[in-house]
Amino acid sequence: MLHLVLFTVFGLICVAGAINLLVQTHPINSALSLVVVMGSLAVEYLLLGAEFVAAVQVIVYAGAIMVLFVFVIMLLNAGAEERSKGSIVALMLGVPGMLVGSILTAWVLVKHSGTQPVALGALPGHPKDIAQLLFHDFLLPFEVTSILVLIAIMGAVVLASRPESIEKTKKEN
Amino acid sequence: MVPLFYYLVLSGILFACGVTGFLIKRNIITIFMSIELMLNGVNLSFVAFAAQWHALSGQVFVFFVMVVAAAEAAVGLAIIIAVFRTRETLNVDKVDLLKL
Amino acid sequence: MPQRSADYCGLQFIAFIKGKVLSLTTFIIVSVIKIAIVLFILLTAVAYTVWLERKVVGHMQNRWGPTRVGPFGLLQPAADGIKFLFKEDLTPPHVYKPLYIAAPIIAVVCALTSIAVIPFGNWVPVPGGGSTPLQITDINIGLLVILGITSIGVYGVALSGWSSNSKYSLLGGLRASAQMVSYEIALGLSLVGVLILSGSFSLREIVAAQSGHFWGFIPNWNIFRGCQFIAFFIYLMAAYAETNRIPFDLPEAETELVAGYHTEYSAMKFAMFFMAEYANMITVACLASLLFLGGWHGPLFGPQILQAILPVFWFVLRVFVFLFIYIWVRGTLPRFRYDQLMAFGWKFLLPLSIANLVVTALVVALRA
Repeated sequence: MLHLVLFTVFGLICVAGAINLLVQTHPINSALSLVVVMGSLAVEYLLLGAEFVAAVQVIVYAGAIMVLFVFVIMLLNAGAEERSKGSIVALMLGVPGMLVGSILTAWVLVKHSGTQPVALGALPGHPKDIAQLLFHDFLLPFEVTSILVLIAIMGAVVLASRPESIEKTKKEN
Repeated sequence: MVPLFYYLVLSGILFACGVTGFLIKRNIITIFMSIELMLNGVNLSFVAFAAQWHALSGQVFVFFVMVVAAAEAAVGLAIIIAVFRTRETLNVDKVDLLKL
Repeated sequence: MPQRSADYCGLQFIAFIKGKVLSLTTFIIVSVIKIAIVLFILLTAVAYTVWLERKVVGHMQNRWGPTRVGPFGLLQPAADGIKFLFKEDLTPPHVYKPLYIAAPIIAVVCALTSIAVIPFGNWVPVPGGGSTPLQITDINIGLLVILGITSIGVYGVALSGWSSNSKYSLLGGLRASAQMVSYEIALGLSLVGVLILSGSFSLREIVAAQSGHFWGFIPNWNIFRGCQFIAFFIYLMAAYAETNRIPFDLPEAETELVAGYHTEYSAMKFAMFFMAEYANMITVACLASLLFLGGWHGPLFGPQILQAILPVFWFVLRVFVFLFIYIWVRGTLPRFRYDQLMAFGWKFLLPLSIANLVVTALVVALRA
């Protein structure tokens, strides 16, 4: 009962946030509603027992990635979204596309997923067990992602630095 | 007890919202956020399936998704800044040439 | 796979519903009492840290600090509080109102929430059977919860800067969010060494792992183990930057940005930012004493009742010393320049914390 109540409340907050992301025209409002979605998703993870995933969700997603978004919005001083010709076409294609997509997803889910109940905290994702998997069974993927992150850092630095400043450092060297 | 089905429906709704946002939004930052929303929806179904099959690897996979999302956000936002510097717009309709 | 759903994260009261520790009613009553006490002490501590800061910095600069209100100016915080409450709450016309109002609330809520997982001492017996920890809630990912809440706190600062629609605020908000995100990495990595040594995310277990002595007399605190004093140094620096304190107080650098992100705030909204800053300082101090300085371990002596109180006293003493160092640094060091701040964080603290992590991991692996 408690499980169902918590699930429903945070699921509704989640969906409301997602819809608000679509409705809002100013990117900062969209970003904040996405933060709300991520926060309530963390609660859903907790309900499923994935406590470590929930914590990382808040720290990495809500606390780092979304702060980056908000930072860029502030930096570029992005205004409200402007309507252009493309947006009408996009709306006409987008909404039916979404409807088709969600009906398809719903059909697949109804057809193929089991309806067995999940207990509160069904699979406790203790940090130790997850570390065991991450650093033993999935060691190679883990190392590969570290290289990916390294490349991403270098790419971000190169892309975001001004061309003049690169020239300047070249001359200095 | 909540049926697993509910979690999957929630993740499906989030994913559909993400797809819609990706299609109807014109602001490049919001489009980016829609992608994150889709990834979040997928993550929820990973965790839900992990609970169903009693396999922690589903939760571990969420980490990989998060790492990829973080890398993508870093590079993507850098690209957005670079584009904004030359074009002074965030509207994707005005950024339709294959060069900066 | 061990089925430990009963004691899992946050929803701890499930265990209580099952009648494992306390009955549900006792649990709720005890929890409410604990929350009330902790909140009261925290808010008082916030007020008196401000008083302490003014007093100590005053003496360092050959002044008296507050003296007029009450003996030694001890009632000054109360006077300030009353003043904040009754001042006119100005909202400038050019602000973006929803976020302008939400920002200080986010800041203060995040600052006050993280105290919920901080333990203050051992378990104490509850009248009517059972016992309860001196902590609002004991969860096994306590440290991660604090990190998560702190990272949400960035929004308060960033949004206040953006929504004020003024250039000083915007610059302050931009600086603050960049600074906090940058130093969060060094902060997090400096804690990993401690986590490797104690093998748990639960603050209570981390403290438990630091009991006893080695070589007979040196207390088994994390700061003395391995090379964790380096981690402590990194933590100290990163924590100063996280809480926007001197020498890293660029987000509110008076000489260039008026007051940074809270330039446009007045009355109670301004007080909320103020409270958030000092509550964050206290949380950081608590965390430092729990992770590096052995929590509440210390010599126990005297009668039973004294032995029950002493751990809390040792803990508060450490927190006080840490806060004093905060103020001392404020009275001593000048402010960094912004590029120096970023270079220090990324080019010095981050590599140092990674090196510390590698060395600690090697030591633990070789010992095992």
